[in-house]
Amino acid sequence: MSEPNRSDPTLIIRGGIVIDATGERRADVVVANGRIQEVGDGLVVPTGATVLDAGRCVVSPGLVDLHAHLREPGHEEAETIETGTRAASLGGYTAVVAMPNTNPPLDSADAVRNVVELARTATAQVAVAGAITVGRAGQRLAPMAELAALGVRLFTDDGAGVQSAGLMRRALEYARGLGATLAQHCEDGSLACDGAMHEGAWSSRLGIPGMPALAEEVMVARDIALARVTGSRIHFLHLSTAPSIELVRQAKAAGLPVTAEVAPHHFSLTDACAAGYDPVFKVNPPLRPQCDVDAVKAGLADGTVDAIATDHAPHAPEFKDLPFDLAPPGVLGLQTALSLAITELDLPLTRILALLSWQPAAIAGLDPSNRGGQGGPITPGAESNLCVIDPTATWTVDPMTLASRSRNTPYAGRTLTGRVRHTVFRGEPVVIDGEAQR
Amino acid sequence: MNQFPHHLLSIDDLGPDGIGEVLRVADSFVEVGHRANPKVPALRGRTVATLFFEDSTRTRVSFETAAKRLSADVLSFAVGSSSVKKGESLRDTVETIEAMGIDAIIIRHPSSGAPTRVAGWVTNLSVINAGDGWHEHPTQALLDLYTVRQALGGGDEGMDRFKSLQVVIVGDIRHSRVARSQVAAYAALGAEVTLVAPPTLLPPSIDGWPIAAVSHDIDNELPSADVVSLLRLQSERGSGEFVPSLREYTTRFGLNGRRAAMLKPETLILHPGPMVRGVEIASEVADLPAAHITGQVSNGVAVRMAVLFLMLGQSPVQGSSNV
Repeated sequence: MSEPNRSDPTLIIRGGIVIDATGERRADVVVANGRIQEVGDGLVVPTGATVLDAGRCVVSPGLVDLHAHLREPGHEEAETIETGTRAASLGGYTAVVAMPNTNPPLDSADAVRNVVELARTATAQVAVAGAITVGRAGQRLAPMAELAALGVRLFTDDGAGVQSAGLMRRALEYARGLGATLAQHCEDGSLACDGAMHEGAWSSRLGIPGMPALAEEVMVARDIALARVTGSRIHFLHLSTAPSIELVRQAKAAGLPVTAEVAPHHFSLTDACAAGYDPVFKVNPPLRPQCDVDAVKAGLADGTVDAIATDHAPHAPEFKDLPFDLAPPGVLGLQTALSLAITELDLPLTRILALLSWQPAAIAGLDPSNRGGQGGPITPGAESNLCVIDPTATWTVDPMTLASRSRNTPYAGRTLTGRVRHTVFRGEPVVIDGEAQR
Repeated sequence: MNQFPHHLLSIDDLGPDGIGEVLRVADSFVEVGHRANPKVPALRGRTVATLFFEDSTRTRVSFETAAKRLSADVLSFAVGSSSVKKGESLRDTVETIEAMGIDAIIIRHPSSGAPTRVAGWVTNLSVINAGDGWHEHPTQALLDLYTVRQALGGGDEGMDRFKSLQVVIVGDIRHSRVARSQVAAYAALGAEVTLVAPPTLLPPSIDGWPIAAVSHDIDNELPSADVVSLLRLQSERGSGEFVPSLREYTTRFGLNGRRAAMLKPETLILHPGPMVRGVEIASEVADLPAAHITGQVSNGVAVRMAVLFLMLGQSPVQGSSNV
């Protein structure tokens, strides 16, 4: 999939601190023909090279999002691959995993080929996640081997959990034979019912049907048991509750092949946000109380959680201009995730970048050990997917200036710390000084 | 008069003072209702619209009667709840109504918080919540308070007796907008509220609710009750899976003759309607003098006149001579 870019100029990223999985050092980075040529302190500027200033900035492997809804095909009024990957580039991402709940869903070779083709000119790598079941209907397995042959490494029915334990067991067994990972949206439908927010004090007071934390926990527990029996890898999408995080902590301690991601809104917002009935705060899993927010943060701090994933879920304004229970769940995330992590988490930047770049790259199968070019390390010969971050710059979120086609950010007006300055995708500077180049 | 709220979305918008104001003004309008020509010119030239996304007869007719008795013009938008799904946006509908120069919109909607959303979209008109999902139905609670105050002697004397009044609310509290408004309203006036229901028909959490107690045994609560407020079992909201059967519910929680005999003679029985005789209330109890069910309906018009007048009237009412 990695084709070094055509006639991109030689670049030099000067004066920054390079951080990747191997550590941290002061170094300039020279990029040519889509690959990193040289990494070292005080490098000579090559003739004709474009200089990207990285003074007081951090040079990181490009961020990798395990969880983005790019909406194309089917909901182009909300987002397209072009606008979604532009938002990704501005957020520091050089790869996103595109969720399969498009229309038609990504449950067939043709559907996957179509997205791969649409993404050919995108400003970030689009890794397709395939559906586990046909039509994401939870009834029978999608042709996973056909999809895997097209490069699909991650399968999920995201938007819904696979309700049948028997079918999920078969899917895990089958995926093991393909070297693929199943990613579960943990939500037991019989417990979640038609809940529109977290079931608790706020839902009770507001009269909004609640979705109990239990709906997530029960499926996490079930799937950990399935992982134990099948030995197959399972990745837990957007965990949001204290008991779920604790179950994953115990599963990892027992040596089971499980990984987990959390979304920025689950460590930065609570269910109290629903008090004004504005569905810009409606998301699935729902925003939880502070005790769950604290547990999510603790999971990030102690390594229980492997990745921060955006669950970028654009919705056109007319779908959010509705009463709370009628609006679809989802928030924008690609342009705010890094800044929210820097602003909200009391973690060193190296740990934040691990959670946003090389750890998710490995889960998605996009890292060098899987013959991919994402997640670093920043070393000569590597594919040049990089982002340059000013970790102390502040900015205020304005929904109207986001690159997404939609405006449904729950952070309008919030001032955040940490900003993406430049993004380089396969040698091309797709963002320079915070501006998308195409 | 204190500034009356621009919108009436929940009982908390009023507070104890606002509630007292509504009940006092309603006294004048009860008197108006007894006149041969029960009409006053207070809102002449004003226009109110009812916008009901759920079937309702008594609430819509009560509001429309109240507005007409105040000489307001009334527009009635009867909207099937499916219109939104057909592509008509609530926001577009409301903005169109506002563009017609309407002064207040009285909205009922199956979604909790829909009136709150509408209030955020409009610029000038007032929004009155006539029942939203499981959230609130403030004017229903106000007319309950009015009925209780009347039975307790009326006026300031009746008002004072709310303090430490023992109020028992029985039924499907989980799915009841009436219950949420009643709890807030009784508590604002100092009453002690006990919720009585099987655990499955209580809200998932009552953290922060201003109640004195929760009980699963109606027989324990009746002897000390001053007011028993019954709620309909909301079978259309899927209560069926919350209790095994109506029969079992009636056996455990229905107010039958045997249970009514446990009440103090002066205890009031209230029901917001529509009443399902034989389920939450036995016929012989519904027809007892203690049951103030039709009184609630007639007071409803006066209380809604008071709300409309306080929200839209130009000058404060100076006793009944002004109206």
